[in-house]
Amino acid sequence: MRRSLALLVILVVIDVVLLFPGGREARSRDRSAAGARAPARVGLVFDVGGRGDRSFNDAAYAGMVRAERELGIEAELIEPGEGADRESAIRIFAARGFDLVIGVGFIFSNDLTLLAREYPRVHFACIDYAPPMRDGRPLPIPKNLVGLKFREEEGSFLVGAVAGLVSRSKVVGFVGGMDMPLIHKFEAGYRAGVGRVCPSCRVVVQYAGSTPAAFKDPVKGAALAVSQVGQGADVIFHASGSTGLGVMRVARDRHIRAIGVDADQFEDGLHPGSTTRSAVITSMVKRVDVVVYETIRAVIERTFRGGVRVFGLREHGVDYVHDSSHGRDIPAHVVRRVEELRASVIAGRIRVPEAP
Amino acid sequence: MIGTLLLQTLALAIPYVLAALGGVFSERGGVINIALEGMLLTGAFFAALGAHAGGTTLGLVAAVGASAALAGLHGLLCVRFRADHVAAGLGINLLASGLTRFLLMACFDSASNSPMLPGMGQGVLASPMLWGTIILVALSHVALARTPFGLRLRAAGEHPQAAHSLGVPVDRVKICGVIASGALAGLGGAFLALDNHQFTAEMSAGRGYIALAAVIFGKWRPVPVAAACLLFAFADALQIELQAVLSGYKQFVQILPYALTLAVLAGFIGRSRPPAALGAR
Repeated sequence: MRRSLALLVILVVIDVVLLFPGGREARSRDRSAAGARAPARVGLVFDVGGRGDRSFNDAAYAGMVRAERELGIEAELIEPGEGADRESAIRIFAARGFDLVIGVGFIFSNDLTLLAREYPRVHFACIDYAPPMRDGRPLPIPKNLVGLKFREEEGSFLVGAVAGLVSRSKVVGFVGGMDMPLIHKFEAGYRAGVGRVCPSCRVVVQYAGSTPAAFKDPVKGAALAVSQVGQGADVIFHASGSTGLGVMRVARDRHIRAIGVDADQFEDGLHPGSTTRSAVITSMVKRVDVVVYETIRAVIERTFRGGVRVFGLREHGVDYVHDSSHGRDIPAHVVRRVEELRASVIAGRIRVPEAP
Repeated sequence: MIGTLLLQTLALAIPYVLAALGGVFSERGGVINIALEGMLLTGAFFAALGAHAGGTTLGLVAAVGASAALAGLHGLLCVRFRADHVAAGLGINLLASGLTRFLLMACFDSASNSPMLPGMGQGVLASPMLWGTIILVALSHVALARTPFGLRLRAAGEHPQAAHSLGVPVDRVKICGVIASGALAGLGGAFLALDNHQFTAEMSAGRGYIALAAVIFGKWRPVPVAAACLLFAFADALQIELQAVLSGYKQFVQILPYALTLAVLAGFIGRSRPPAALGAR
């Protein structure tokens, strides 16, 4: 009995150690050499998945690296593992008197709202902020917390237009991850974009599931894509995390086009043995890097303002890949048309719906 | 559409069937195995690692080896050290989740997925693993019903004291059963990674638990268990196809696999009797 207990304790210790794969990582360099104090100390707490996800978290990291280089800030990061205590990760930075603490992901909304009250002299930022609810009403957002949100529907509107214009079969697909309001924004924008340029096109919409596991199931993603190809779809947009990697795989095998999400996913769609031919024709990108950088700059320049800020096409918070080599498969006339649509959305002539 | 539906059913069923066969070997020997989920995930990761280093064959070997080793740990905890089977299984699942994530970072420098891998032909009918799985179902049936090992394993699961008094090395037989379950589940994990040409974090996505339900539904016998897995996979595939057709009834369609499971478990299979000494310490 005692031996089994000891063994279980050892197992638990190994588990806990492995829950913090990245651990804490100090990224400050040459602090003494510069002599002067850095203009700001910034702490970044990642969502599950962490650095290396080639998406959301990596984009936030890129924004911070740029701020380090260009603004000379001092930065540290924490990567909590699955089930690890996110609140204490934020508290570590706040208690040490950092100037700005950034939580990457809506999952931090609640913790950041509470901690911002507790540490009024620290600035906080939350990517994809969703106000926590108490008794059916949203909690007011503290003055030292900025909630950063994106108009995903506007970016999805543009890639929907791309899909509607490049589709030959007049059938286009949408693969969602978990069936929930955030993903419905992608679906709604995409539908609207397709409908705007190609009223006769059919949009096939399927979701991978109704739990968070639906964002991590590429096998299910492949099955969904096969089903959509069977219904005639020749362009598929996914908003489903790594489930979408299964969509890319099917797009490669069946020679149809896929549209990536959050980050430029060109490389995830590369055909075997090629570095230039990809099934991914474009991606709907959320410029988390820009938003992180701008927030850091606002803190340094003392222009930081709390509250909810929304980044759409007008604020360059969302976009689609078209002007680099990764977007060269989009025909020129399509780019022209989509740019007209972008101008209309920015000017307010088109309102993109948030719910399908 | 019917053709797609059937092909999708087969492709979705393979990991269920392999994991559930594993569950049969473990549970007929009396060891509850909720660690199937972790074994699938471990198998998937090591398949990717092996395939990346030296092709699909090495991937399969690595998947079976690593997953069997993890199962060995589960067997050791449950049988040798008399730990609670469910608690130990949960620990194994957490360990697998953390370990694969850690190794993913260490080996491929990414927190989310491995690089592209060589696969095994296009389409499920061209995959040697489809035929391998069918053969394994038959072999498992023979092994449990007709061989001395199968008889000893069942005796250990039904009445370990009686088996012991007849000179059966009960603990060793049970651990062998658990290791066999790891090898089979590892193969199921390998299918996930190789069919997708990539490992992604947490890609087992709850399939181990579904497989466990299929074990109970199939009354702990290989052929009915495989049939149960086919039914679950069919419900999955049907749900996917119907979502597109009945787009107005999305929520209703999404509960279909679960509703089907409940209906079948509650109404049609009759009494499902577990091995008498299942979970005994």
